Amino acid sequence: MAVLSQASTLSTRKPQNSRPFIARLMTDYGQECVIIAAILLLFVAVGLYNPRFLSTSNLTTIFSGNAYIAVAAIGMSMVIITGHIDVSVGALIGVLATISGTLAVSGYPVWVAWGAPILLGMAVNFIVGWLVAFARIPSIVVTLGMMSILRGGLISITGGTWISGLPKAFMIAQWKPFGLPFPIIAMVVLTLLAAWWMRNFPFGRSLYAVGGNPEAAKATGISSERRVLAVFVIHGAIAGIATILFATQLQVIQSTVPPNLELTVITAAVIGGVSILGGSGTVIGSTLAAILFAAIGSALIFVNVSAYWLRAVIGGLILITVLADMIRRRPKK
Amino acid sequence: MSLRTLLRHETILALVAVVLLVALAFQSAQFFTGANLLNQGRLMTEVGLVAIIMTFVIITGGIDLSVGSILGLTAILTGVFWQNLGLPLMAAAGLAIAVGTFCGFVNGFVITRFGVPPLIATLATLALYRGLAEGISQARSVRGYPDWFYVLGQGNILGVPTQLWILIAFAILASVLLAATRIGRSIYAIGANEVAAFFSGLPVNRTKIAVYTASGFAAALAGVIFVSRVSTTRSDMGTGLELDAITAVVLGGTSIYGGRGSVIGTLIGLVVIQSLKNGLSLAGIKAEGTAVLIGLMLIGAILMTTAFNKRRA
Repeated sequence: MAVLSQASTLSTRKPQNSRPFIARLMTDYGQECVIIAAILLLFVAVGLYNPRFLSTSNLTTIFSGNAYIAVAAIGMSMVIITGHIDVSVGALIGVLATISGTLAVSGYPVWVAWGAPILLGMAVNFIVGWLVAFARIPSIVVTLGMMSILRGGLISITGGTWISGLPKAFMIAQWKPFGLPFPIIAMVVLTLLAAWWMRNFPFGRSLYAVGGNPEAAKATGISSERRVLAVFVIHGAIAGIATILFATQLQVIQSTVPPNLELTVITAAVIGGVSILGGSGTVIGSTLAAILFAAIGSALIFVNVSAYWLRAVIGGLILITVLADMIRRRPKK
Repeated sequence: MSLRTLLRHETILALVAVVLLVALAFQSAQFFTGANLLNQGRLMTEVGLVAIIMTFVIITGGIDLSVGSILGLTAILTGVFWQNLGLPLMAAAGLAIAVGTFCGFVNGFVITRFGVPPLIATLATLALYRGLAEGISQARSVRGYPDWFYVLGQGNILGVPTQLWILIAFAILASVLLAATRIGRSIYAIGANEVAAFFSGLPVNRTKIAVYTASGFAAALAGVIFVSRVSTTRSDMGTGLELDAITAVVLGGTSIYGGRGSVIGTLIGLVVIQSLKNGLSLAGIKAEGTAVLIGLMLIGAILMTTAFNKRRA
C-alpha cells in the first residue's frame, strides 16, 4: 500500500540538551505523557466511584493479566513503524499457546514448552516477512491470509478443546519473584530493552528510516527488505514470549484464538503514539496504551457498564486517535 | 495493461473453475444436482454482493475491512428497529440499510477528508461497528419474523432463489457501471494514479466517498438478506466476511495495488471459492478446514500475479 509509506517526516526525537528537562520530556514523549495522565485520571475517577477498583487483586488483574498484550504490542509497534501491519498475531498466539500447552502436558521439559512458541513464532513470521519484503505482497493481504490459515487450522485440528492438567513448573506467569508477578517484570524489562534498542542502535534507528521514507532509506544504503524481514522475525519471537505469558496464567488453555486479540494489540500500538503512517513512535507508548485499555475494560465493569460495549469503546478510541494523528501530522499552511 | 492480458487472466480462471466443477461432479454425485447448485448460489449471495463492490474499492487502490461489521450491525438493527421500536418490518429493514450505507459513507469521509489510509480507517470502523452491534444487541437475538420476510432469503422466484436474482441484477449493473461509464473509467484512473487523476480534473474524493458508501450499502443489503436466510439476528454475523470478499476479488484478477480488475473476474473467483467450499464439505471437511484453503488461495493468487507481472515488466 503506497499510502502507508507516504510519510516523509523522519523521527525528530533527537535529544536537545539545551532545553529544560520538562520541556524535553513533553516534546519527546508527548503522547506517552498524555496516556499516563489518562491512566491516572481513570484510576482516580473510578477509584472514587468504586474503591474496590483500586484493590490489590484488581490491580494485579489489570497489570499482570494484560501484560501479554503489552508485550505483543512491542513487536507490533516495530512492524507498524517500518510501515507494515500484522493482523495475524492473535491467531498466531492462539496456535502457539495450544502447541506450548500440549507440549507441557505431554511431559516435555518446561524449557521445550517455553522455547517452542518463540522458535515457531519466528519461523511463521519468517514466512510472512519474506512474502512481504521480498515477494512484495502487501502485509495486510499476507497476514489476512495467514490469520485464516492459522485460525482455521487450529480449530479443525483441536476442535477447540481445553488443555488442562498443566504442570506446576510450566506456570511461569504465576511466579512472583520479589513479590511482583512475573508478567509485569517481563513487560517492563522487554519494553525498556526494546525502547533502548530502537533509540540507540543503528539497526533499531534504521527502522524509523525504513518506515518514514523507504526510498530515502534505500538511497542511504539501508536494505529495507532485510530490515522488514528482520522486524517480522523479531515480532514473531516477541509474540512467542507473549504466548508464554498468556498460556501460563490460567490452569487451562482453550485451544482457540482469543477473539479480537490482534485488534487490541494494533490499537495499543497506534494509541501509544506509533504513527499509522510508519516512521515514528515508541514502544513505551504502546505498553502504556495497553495498560490504559486494560484499565478501561476493567473500569467499565466497575461503573456497571455492560461489557458488550467494550469493543465499541475501543473502536471509537482507535478512530479518534487515528484522526488526531492525521490532524497532528497535517502540514501547517 | 492491454485488454488481452486482462482476458487471459479471466479465461485461465474460468478454465480453472470449469475443471474444478467437473472434478467435483465426478467426486460427489450430490454436487452437480440442480438443487445443490441453486443452494450454493443462495449461500454465495451475501459474499457476492459485498465482493462486487469490494472490486470497485480495491480498483481505487483502497480496501474495506469493515464490511463484515456493517453486515452484523445492519442485521442487529433490523431486528431492534422492528421489535423494540415497533416499526413495520419493511421500514425497519430500510432504515437499517440506510444506517449501513451511512457507515460506508463515514468510511469514505474519514479516508478522503482526513487522509487516513483505508486499511487503518476501516480497521478502526471494523471494531467500532461490530462493537455497536454487540452493545446494541447485548447478545440477544431477535426471531419470529413474519412469513413474507423469509421469501427474500429462503424463497424462490421462477425456481431460482430470490436473492440470486438480486445478485445477478447487482452484478450486471456493476459490470456496466465499471466498464462502460465515466464513473467506472474514473475509478480505474484513480487507482492507476491518484495524483494524475486529480490534476486531470476528476472528482477524486467524491468518487472515493461514493465507492465506500456503495460498499456500505452492499454490506447492509447482504445483512438483511442474511437475516431473512437464517431467520434470526446475532451480533457476530458476517465475521470474517471481508476476508472471503477480498479473496474472491484478488483471485478474480483485480490488482491489490489498484488500477485494474473486473466484476466478471470477481464473479468467477466467487464461483471457484464457493464450489471449493461446497466440494470440501461434501467430502466431509469442516468449515474451518476451508478457511485454511481460502487463506492459502489468497496468498497464492497474489504471489502468482506479482510473479507474472514481474516477468512482463
